[in-house]
Amino acid sequence: MASLWEYANPVKFMRLSGWLMPVSAWLAAGLIVTGLVWGFFFTEADYRQGATVKIIFLHVPSALMAINAWAMMLIASLIWLVRRHHVSALAAKAAGPIGATMTLIALITGAIWGQPMWGTWWEWDPRLTSFLILFLFYLGYIALWSAIEDADTAADLTAILCLVGSVFAALSRYAALFWNQGLHQGASLSVAPGTRMDWAYKAPLYLCMAGFALLFLALVLAGTRTEIRARRARALMTRERARA
Amino acid sequence: MIALLIRDLRLAIRAGGGFGLGLGFFLILTVLVPLGVGPDTGTLALIAPGILWVGALLACLLSLDRLFALDHEDGSLDLLATSPIPLEGVVAIKALAHWLTTGLPLALAAPVLGILLNLPGPAFAPLVLSLLLGTPALSVIGAFGAALTVGLKRGGLLMSLLVLPLYVPTLVFGAQAVSRAAQGLDGSTALLLTAGITAGSAALLPFAAAFALRINLR
Repeated sequence: MASLWEYANPVKFMRLSGWLMPVSAWLAAGLIVTGLVWGFFFTEADYRQGATVKIIFLHVPSALMAINAWAMMLIASLIWLVRRHHVSALAAKAAGPIGATMTLIALITGAIWGQPMWGTWWEWDPRLTSFLILFLFYLGYIALWSAIEDADTAADLTAILCLVGSVFAALSRYAALFWNQGLHQGASLSVAPGTRMDWAYKAPLYLCMAGFALLFLALVLAGTRTEIRARRARALMTRERARA
Repeated sequence: MIALLIRDLRLAIRAGGGFGLGLGFFLILTVLVPLGVGPDTGTLALIAPGILWVGALLACLLSLDRLFALDHEDGSLDLLATSPIPLEGVVAIKALAHWLTTGLPLALAAPVLGILLNLPGPAFAPLVLSLLLGTPALSVIGAFGAALTVGLKRGGLLMSLLVLPLYVPTLVFGAQAVSRAAQGLDGSTALLLTAGITAGSAALLPFAAAFALRINLR
């Protein structure tokens, strides 16, 4: 019975990710291109928002992945702390900059949409504010990784920062709700009856969301593979130097 | 543990800089803001709760890097780690000493600075109360940040990047308690939430900080 933990072995992980990465990358490219082309050129403009509504096909998927990247970092950090699998720590490290970029994309596309719609680039709305704070958390996490030289110390300390940071990021979300009433609309997608989005928009949006999820997977795998190779190269160089 | 507390307090008071520095910084910040914003009393009254809370937060941050760094340099942190007191207790005591030398004086000095910023009358009691309830959280969260960066040579700037996002909830609830009272509203919900954050961080974060310290001493 093959267990998931087998892939904590770097050799097995490299073999699996060796084909999983290109497959997910190409699938992501296909889905995102299809979703965006469909969304941008083959959907009707909204009767009130006009063509600006189409930015949703970038905004919602990137916002989704910004939060899920943090969740993935949290799980990978927990696995590292509990089971000491190096691949897990390296995957968390790889997810940091990607999540930060997703957060930035969500913030920027939101600003571009907000300017004609709300008449402002930025509003201290709870959702916008908590995303900005999430971005700051990502920055701190990345900075801590790059500041510490010893790899295991860095993995331990960033993992504990990720755990504590998750609690405080969630608290900040509710603090922001307490602090200001929002301008941002509620959830874009909801399983509750009477959701307001038409399937003409929902179908390309789902394609883009799946594409972004696969893109995130491919990027994390690429980052983790780079880290594993870098570590292997360092070990080889140390061995060479010891022999010389 | 009490001996450790007394030692830390003595060090903070006698070894120059630590004790008065935070208060001095707080004073200068609240003097600089009206100079930058302009002397209009209406505007100042509006922003006073936020300025006082941000000032207290930055003053706390300023003295954090001394929390473990000095003990780490001269090796007494290793002694503390091998002493019979659990490291979690050491962290809690050090955070308490930090609060007694920065948070408490800040809370007591805040009303005077509130007068400078034309803080409305009904907001003075909530100001002191929210700072008394909120600054312990700042010290404990700061102790966690200091424990994370204790091994680094230039950890100060990194620590502010790590700690300041963690201060967001405390700042929001603390400043809300004051500004709601200043507008004549009921600020007790925000006050309770501030106290809740302090209680939660004081209960849990010493464990996280002690874990980080053990890794850094490895």
